[in-house]
Amino acid sequence: MSFFVSFAIHADDNNSYLPKAKAGTKCVEDRQIMRTNHMDLILHQRDKTMRDGKRDGRHSLKECINCHVTKNDKNEYPNIDSSQHFCNSCHTYVAVKTDCFSCHRSIPENKQVKK
Amino acid sequence: MNKLNRREFIKKTTNTAAISILPGVFLQTVNAKGADVKNRWGMLIDTRGCGDCKNECITACHSEHAVKSFDRPQTDSQWIRKVTVKNRKTSHTMALPIMCQHCEKPACVDVCPTGASFKRVDGIVLVDRHICIGCRYCMMACPYKARNFVHENLSEQNTISPRGKGTVEACTMCVHRIDKDGAKAKTACQQACPKNSIIFGDLNDKNSGISKKLKAMGARQIRADLNLNPAVLYQGLDL
Ligand code: SF4
Repeated sequence: MSFFVSFAIHADDNNSYLPKAKAGTKCVEDRQIMRTNHMDLILHQRDKTMRDGKRDGRHSLKECINCHVTKNDKNEYPNIDSSQHFCNSCHTYVAVKTDCFSCHRSIPENKQVKK
Repeated sequence: MNKLNRREFIKKTTNTAAISILPGVFLQTVNAKGADVKNRWGMLIDTRGCGDCKNECITACHSEHAVKSFDRPQTDSQWIRKVTVKNRKTSHTMALPIMCQHCEKPACVDVCPTGASFKRVDGIVLVDRHICIGCRYCMMACPYKARNFVHENLSEQNTISPRGKGTVEACTMCVHRIDKDGAKAKTACQQACPKNSIIFGDLNDKNSGISKKLKAMGARQIRADLNLNPAVLYQGLDL
C-alpha cells in the first residue's frame, strides 16, 4: 500500500495537472484513505448498487465524477481521453489503466464535454 | 452472489479486523431500501395500439439509456424492437414491442459461465458488466432474442446506464427508476407511449394497477410453453 501512496504524493510533487474538485465540496473520505483505498470503496459500492439496488451509498463512482471532473481552462469538461481528466492526473503517472470508463460516463451527469 | 455473501459474512463477523486493514470500507452503512424479495416487477403491454405508432417507446428507451445507432443495423443495440408478425392463413398482421422479458427462470442466467447474467431478488434480470466476458452464450440462450452485444467503443454514456464494448446488455426495466420510486416508478417506454399501452407494476401486489388489470382482462406471455414465466405480459396477441 505504501508503495502506491508514495507514488501518489510524487505525482503532486511533479506538478502534474491536478484539477480542483467542485468548489465548496469536501471529499467523503480522508485524502490518504482515498489515495490508497478508492478502488476498494468503489468496488464495495458497485455490488450494493447493482445487485441489491441500494443507490444512495456515499462511495459511488458517479459522485466521484460529479465532484472531481471540473471544467478546464478551455471551459470544457475533459473526458477520460484527456490528460486533464482527474483520474488521469495520477493514473497516467503510475501507468495504471482505468477501465471504468469503457462503460461509465467520465464527465458529470447532464453535462457535455463542450458547452 | 457468492462473493457478496462472503462480504456480508466478513462484515458481520470480523468488523474489528476489517477496521485496521481497510478503514472506511466495511464501516459504511447503506440505508437505501433496495431490491425487495416481496416484489415482482412486471409490465403489461396492450399491443392493439402498436400497429400504427411511431415507435415512441423505442425512442424513449434508447434516449434514456443513451443507446445510439452507428448506422450499422446488423450490430446496433436494440433494447426494444418492434416485431411485426403475420398469420399466413388470414394475412392478418400485428405488431408488438419485444424487450427483455425478465423471466422467473431466465435461460441467460442458467448458461452464463461467470455469473454476470443475474436475477435480482425482485425479479429484474440484469448483466453485471464488470464480470461479463462477452461470450454471448446468453444471447444464444434467450428465446426472445432480447440481448445485445456492444460492438462499438462508446463514450458519454448516461450516468444511470453504464454500457460498453465487449459486453452484453438488454432492457433493465428502468431499474434505476424502480430503485428510486418503487411501485410509483414509470418505465421510460411506459411514459412515452402515446396510447398508454404499457403498464409497469408489481405482479405480487394484488392491489397494484397491473394486477387489477390482469385480473379483469387477462393477458398472455410469449412462448409461455417454455415455462420461463416472463414478467412481461401481452394483450391483443390474436392473430
Ligand atoms: S456474454 Fe456476459 S452475461 Fe452473457 S453469458 Fe457471457 S459472460 Fe454471461
